[in-house]
Amino acid sequence: MAVSLKKMSKNPELLAAGHRSCGGCAAPAILRQTLHVAGPNTVIGFATGCMEVATTIYPYTAWKVPYVHCAFENSASTISGVEAAYRALKRRGRIPEDKKMNFIAFGGDGGTYDIGFQALSGALERGHNMLYICYDNNAYMNTGIQRSSVTPRGAATNTSPAGSVIRGKQQARKDLTACMVAHNIPYVAQASVSNHMDFMKKVGKALDIDGPAFINIMQPCYRGWRHKPEDSIEVARVGVETRYWPLFEVENGRWKVNYKPKEVVPVEEWFKLQGRFKHLLAEDKEGVIQWHQEQIEHAWSQLLKREAESKEEGQKEAE
Amino acid sequence: MAELVGLTGNDAGAEALKDVNPDVVAVFPITPQTELMHKFSAYANDGVVETELIPVESEHSAQSACFGSAAAGARTATATSSQGLALMSEICYITASTRLPVVMPVVNRALSGPINIHCDHSDSMALRDAGWIQIFSENAQEVYDNTIQAFRIGEREDVLLPVMVCLDGFILSHTMEPVELLGPEAAQKFVGEYHPAFSLLDTDNPISIGPLHLTDYYFECKRQEVAAMENARHAVADVGREYGELTGRNYGIFEKYKLDDADVAIIALGSTCGTAKVAADQAREKGIKAGVLKLRMFRPFPGDEIAEIVNAVGTVAVMDRSISFGLRGGPLFNEVRSFVNGGCPQLVNYVYGLGGRDINATEIESIFAELVRIKKSGDTGELYRYIGLRE
Repeated sequence: MAVSLKKMSKNPELLAAGHRSCGGCAAPAILRQTLHVAGPNTVIGFATGCMEVATTIYPYTAWKVPYVHCAFENSASTISGVEAAYRALKRRGRIPEDKKMNFIAFGGDGGTYDIGFQALSGALERGHNMLYICYDNNAYMNTGIQRSSVTPRGAATNTSPAGSVIRGKQQARKDLTACMVAHNIPYVAQASVSNHMDFMKKVGKALDIDGPAFINIMQPCYRGWRHKPEDSIEVARVGVETRYWPLFEVENGRWKVNYKPKEVVPVEEWFKLQGRFKHLLAEDKEGVIQWHQEQIEHAWSQLLKREAESKEEGQKEAE
Repeated sequence: MAELVGLTGNDAGAEALKDVNPDVVAVFPITPQTELMHKFSAYANDGVVETELIPVESEHSAQSACFGSAAAGARTATATSSQGLALMSEICYITASTRLPVVMPVVNRALSGPINIHCDHSDSMALRDAGWIQIFSENAQEVYDNTIQAFRIGEREDVLLPVMVCLDGFILSHTMEPVELLGPEAAQKFVGEYHPAFSLLDTDNPISIGPLHLTDYYFECKRQEVAAMENARHAVADVGREYGELTGRNYGIFEKYKLDDADVAIIALGSTCGTAKVAADQAREKGIKAGVLKLRMFRPFPGDEIAEIVNAVGTVAVMDRSISFGLRGGPLFNEVRSFVNGGCPQLVNYVYGLGGRDINATEIESIFAELVRIKKSGDTGELYRYIGLRE
């Protein structure tokens, strides 16, 4: 599916204005960009969370495409049921044979990495033709900024506060994208709300592919990350520049890094933009910042290695 | 002449699903429901049905996938037991409030803990306020008949609620009995085609399902569910009558067994009713005018109709195969009692059969004898009793 901004500029918006997300929230951009690529023949499934609450307060809805929300942990299994119904009804001639539809489930990091992990894993294993997009803002933001399994080590949240004894989250983050790759599904990608063309191309690829696809997109939440509302996109951009959140894709097992920063930005510079790391910047006896930098270097070299291996495999195959 | 075959309760549930040929069925194993879905999966993979199977990774996802499928306008079913029902309970409430007529055989099994795999009704009783229609079955024939009727009942436009078809674990699910089948043609003619008014797949008319209802609308939404459940009373009776015209097997909200001249009676759910009928016959041979009220429809609860019978008989034992901690008496007893107080009948409660503990006709006969004593003496004694329990 080709992504053309020019064409998109003429498309109607499928997410209406007037939804109730916070000013400066970057998440609605993800929804609008997704819908611009997917078009009207799309069913959207949502996990309970910020975007669910902000877009559908009865009797209003911001959605101009079919939308379904059931609960917190089951966005993937719910949309898998919709997709199964589509297949069943098509087989019975109740849906035209040539009508192609997209099935896209959304969840925040809490609804995806944590409570919805099992339902997501099951749906991917079953091979439904669906795309799952995790808008990852590093904590349970809808309930008021609680730690999730992807909250960075050291970051302060309301359930991992920067206390006088325990200073922020103690654990390393879960690498969900790697978990998704391990499901051997046709398409897995990491994206950032700062790189909209990259994200939309990925959505297009994911929807073109027959079978399950997963995209993990970083979305700074200024309430939880403690930065200025107008800096949401900039904070995401710097996060990509540090390589804390690399942009890459794994298509049929082949790894490709989509963006390689020319100049490496130290992770400390990214932390400086966010109040959730303020205590670490003031005092870091445990060397958490340094630990993050080492983790980034290690993960980046692994990523480049995988990309090189994939390239080699591709060349061998071509020969 | 309809086909007559030997089937277990699980087989009968699978045959009913096969004959209805739903669009989507979610499958997950749990004892004692497992074989129902074994058989149905075989029908799916042999191409006997056109159903899309969703082999989910948990009951929570089973109900969630059913929710999605039904919201997409597909005729949808699953089946479960015990812990499975407990795990999916969160979603069961949402299926009901979203008014999605999913059909679900529930093979009744005790809830943990301690873990147990045998029959009692604690699983479906735990969901009695979830907004599902609950229909209990006495034998394998009723499992088949109730499952077919469940689609018609739930899908009726003035109802649109999910339906649990309850059958006793092992006692029914694993016992073979002769069952008369409608066959697919007659079954599908009876249930008719399913064309819901709304579907997620109708992209020309996009709808939002499951929006947030705050203080200004939640209450009204629940009130509409109440209205739907009221309409279900008529739907269960109407569909049962129509099914009787087709098959000769009439179904009402309950079955009255030798109640017209009864001095004493018991009220029960499920397979125990068959045992109780035998016990009533035995008691009558000994000169006790005993009767049985077999309750088929537990939700919606036919309280007024039950009260009429209880007040007429005067001395009645309510049999509960589940327990309600801290409330003296089981759920069935307390619900019956809440309707009959005006008539001042003598009403006692027996909690029995938890975790699959057997109950036999002799024990039920002893209850009839005790009811006669209560009637004569005017002294009900302890209202809340156990039978078949070591103490």
